[in-house]
Amino acid sequence: MTLLPAETPGTAQRDAGTTALLRQAIAVPAAGTILVYCLLPVLFLVSLFIGRYDVVPEHVVLLLVAPVLNLLPAGIIHIEPVWTAAEANVIYQIRLPRVIAAVLVGAGLSMAGATYQGLFKNPLVSPDILGVSSGAGFGAALAILLSWNMAMIQVSAFGFGILAVAITYLLSRLYRTTPTLILVLSGIIVGAFFTALISLTKYVADPYEKLPAITFWLMGSLASVRYSDIVLVVPLFLLATFALLLIRWRINLLAVGDDEARALGIDTKRMAQVIILCSTLITASAVCIAGIIGWVGLIVPHLGRMLVGPDYTRLLPACLLLGACYMLVIDDLARMLTNAEIPLGILTAIIGAPFFAYLLGKRSVGWI
Amino acid sequence: MILEVRQAGFRYDLKRMIFSDISFGLAKEEVLCILGPNGIGKSTLIRCLANLNPLCAGSIRLHDRDIRSLNNRDVATIVGYVPQAHDIVFPFPVRQFVLMGRAPRLGLFESPGKDDYGKADEAIDLVGIGKIRNKPVNEISGGEFQLAMIARALAQEPEVLLLDEPTSHLDFGNQIRVLEIISRLAEDGLSVIMSSHFPDHAFLSSNNVAIMQHGSFMAYGLAEDVVTEENLKQTYGVDVSITYSRDVDRHVCVPHRHGQCRCHDRYPAECAGQTGCPVLQPDNGLTFQNDN
Repeated sequence: MTLLPAETPGTAQRDAGTTALLRQAIAVPAAGTILVYCLLPVLFLVSLFIGRYDVVPEHVVLLLVAPVLNLLPAGIIHIEPVWTAAEANVIYQIRLPRVIAAVLVGAGLSMAGATYQGLFKNPLVSPDILGVSSGAGFGAALAILLSWNMAMIQVSAFGFGILAVAITYLLSRLYRTTPTLILVLSGIIVGAFFTALISLTKYVADPYEKLPAITFWLMGSLASVRYSDIVLVVPLFLLATFALLLIRWRINLLAVGDDEARALGIDTKRMAQVIILCSTLITASAVCIAGIIGWVGLIVPHLGRMLVGPDYTRLLPACLLLGACYMLVIDDLARMLTNAEIPLGILTAIIGAPFFAYLLGKRSVGWI
Repeated sequence: MILEVRQAGFRYDLKRMIFSDISFGLAKEEVLCILGPNGIGKSTLIRCLANLNPLCAGSIRLHDRDIRSLNNRDVATIVGYVPQAHDIVFPFPVRQFVLMGRAPRLGLFESPGKDDYGKADEAIDLVGIGKIRNKPVNEISGGEFQLAMIARALAQEPEVLLLDEPTSHLDFGNQIRVLEIISRLAEDGLSVIMSSHFPDHAFLSSNNVAIMQHGSFMAYGLAEDVVTEENLKQTYGVDVSITYSRDVDRHVCVPHRHGQCRCHDRYPAECAGQTGCPVLQPDNGLTFQNDN
């Protein structure tokens, strides 16, 4: 088959215009990309400086690079410990795990949110649309009610989060109509069910000890994150993230339409399964580290779209980085604003909601 | 034959048969236009041909292989499907949108490369929407979007193009432009199946026409043989005249107003004085009276 271009008058003139347009279109997203990629390392470092215990910034940097550099073959560079034991303790045992957890949670929730928005062709979808948060919330509440230890609370939250999504998926398979719409409706059903169960556990919980613990857990916090929590979730989390990044161009096709994706050779059912599995693993991991944190998975993808455009090849990495940055900022604020820590779920919504309203006002999101 | 359909039948549920016993073949460079009233199953048939709906009876064969034995990707390398215009939520630029047509040519984990961008640009230029290649798809007009969807199907490098009412929602000029592009593609070696609401479009750009009625093809063949006054009356329930236009050297289809006099089959003498009215003459059929 030989295809000849359409003969349109004024081709040369049009080409000049196209080049200009092209440059214009590329300029903004490129700036956005650079901004996105540079922001995370800066914020990561700044987040380590911040806290109630004063640590000299140079010491923080030295503390970070020393273990790595000292590993190098002997004698090339050796950094002498100029810091105090307390400083090392604060950085290594408290701030570093917390900052790493913030990065993981923010990046994961944002990426899962962006992916779901594509899968459901709906910009208002967040990663807990299929009931993972309610399920995980119930798992944690139940574990707290039964006085299980911290590790078991996390395992229970993770397990029930996955269970909730599994029920949603199986429920949607019972009906044989528009798959994505039924999935969302099933998610609402399962979410409502588990929310009721959360209320039930709260109702029967001891109001002086367990009720506050449940309530706090549900509002989300990174205050008590330890390395062991991170190590627990990191393998699955990285695996799921990597899988989503690998298939990210194809999410574009799903975002345009199921039928068209199929007509373009995509096995949409298998693809939806993979996406749901990965996003659920990521979200459940995030929830079991930090509790329920809303809004991140909803607004960061929009921010990403404004900066780099709707193409998932660039959007997904951008969401990963932006989400991590957003979470770092939120966690820093949670630590700094008052003497007592503010639960993260509250801050994400208090800052996220007006910010989202502002974004909508800018009208550059593309879908309104 | 690239595409062969044998006794195809389809139904969504047990009660209602959408169509049955449809058979036809599609040769290289052939344009087949499917006419028929609303809701008769034209779109469903086209979806079946694109392997989006599985047949309940009969078979569809692509290059002599049953379509059921092929996976989505195999089908997508042979058949390009252009659905009816619809809303797209996310503001993909036209170029990205057309690029999606490269999906069946790429591996599972692959992103499109330079070569694929080249193919997408080629398709964009072919349908003549180069000017809007960087505009978001939800900011362009219906006609431009239709062309973008055709370009996306062309980026698949298919052998058969399936178009579901490519001219609906388009203004008069864009309808003709889309039909011209379809004709040109067929000349370049593509086979085309399209559904349409306008019998005129069959004369404009098709070799073969099928009229779908009561769940099957009631007529199938060359446009001049199939698009007749009787067939259209039977299909759409309105009177039309099929006349030959010397201006454009083809048949045209003119609808009647309700109860309007049909000059040549009723009282030729009565209409003889009116300009442009064909006069029935016993020896050599229709002739046209001069305007003066």
